[in-house]
Amino acid sequence: MSFPDRIERTVEIPHPPAKVWAALTTAEGLSAWFGQEAHIDLRPGGSAWMKWDGGHTADMRVERVEEPTVFGFTWHIFGLPDDDPRRTYVEFTLEAVNEGTRLTVVESGFSQLAQDAYRTAYEGNVAGWASELGELVSYLDAA
Amino acid sequence: MPPDIEGIAEQVFVALADPSRRGILAALASGGPATATDLAARLPITRQAIAKHLALLAEAGLVTAEPGERRRVRYRLRSAPMRAAQQFLAALARDWDGQLDALKDHLDRGS
Repeated sequence: MSFPDRIERTVEIPHPPAKVWAALTTAEGLSAWFGQEAHIDLRPGGSAWMKWDGGHTADMRVERVEEPTVFGFTWHIFGLPDDDPRRTYVEFTLEAVNEGTRLTVVESGFSQLAQDAYRTAYEGNVAGWASELGELVSYLDAA
Repeated sequence: MPPDIEGIAEQVFVALADPSRRGILAALASGGPATATDLAARLPITRQAIAKHLALLAEAGLVTAEPGERRRVRYRLRSAPMRAAQQFLAALARDWDGQLDALKDHLDRGS
């Protein structure tokens, strides 16, 4: 099984965690480097979105807010229909190092797609997407 | 994890590598189930070539044959194998390297 379920990156940024935190968790910050327009309700369960020229929108749900060290959200999986409720989980972890911040981003949950495809293709058992989402939420709660 | 997910995805990519097969899949996606004769009338592909492509697509699980009226066999799109390929594409499409570079540039500009 060589397909990735998770993507992980760590970068060192020569700015303090508070400043990185603001860039990740405010509409002003997100719209400056990620989307072209952004909105965020920064609390677990809060909604957020980013928009780009051309009409693309990313709808997000805030999952973890532990200022200024952990920020997590779930969002739609690229390439699926808009009404597919399966989502990947993105978590940013900020750690103060020297004069700056070690920032780690982990996006996980890509393997939900292949598991569902396998079941559907070979057992004729179409799993409910809502239950897949429930499994993701349980995983998030347990993490 | 099932061991042959990668094999499923590979078959999808092979199927999609051919423009005639993409045309057949697109026709089934937009117009619904169709016979080989229907497809030959709608696409610039011979009836014989369509039969050959449909056999490959059925082997990959991307179409399934169903009995149609007057014993004409209709082919229907099956999207399940696409999702194995989508997992791969979705992970590739998350450009975190580019995003993190943009974040660093933003913070440098603001200081």
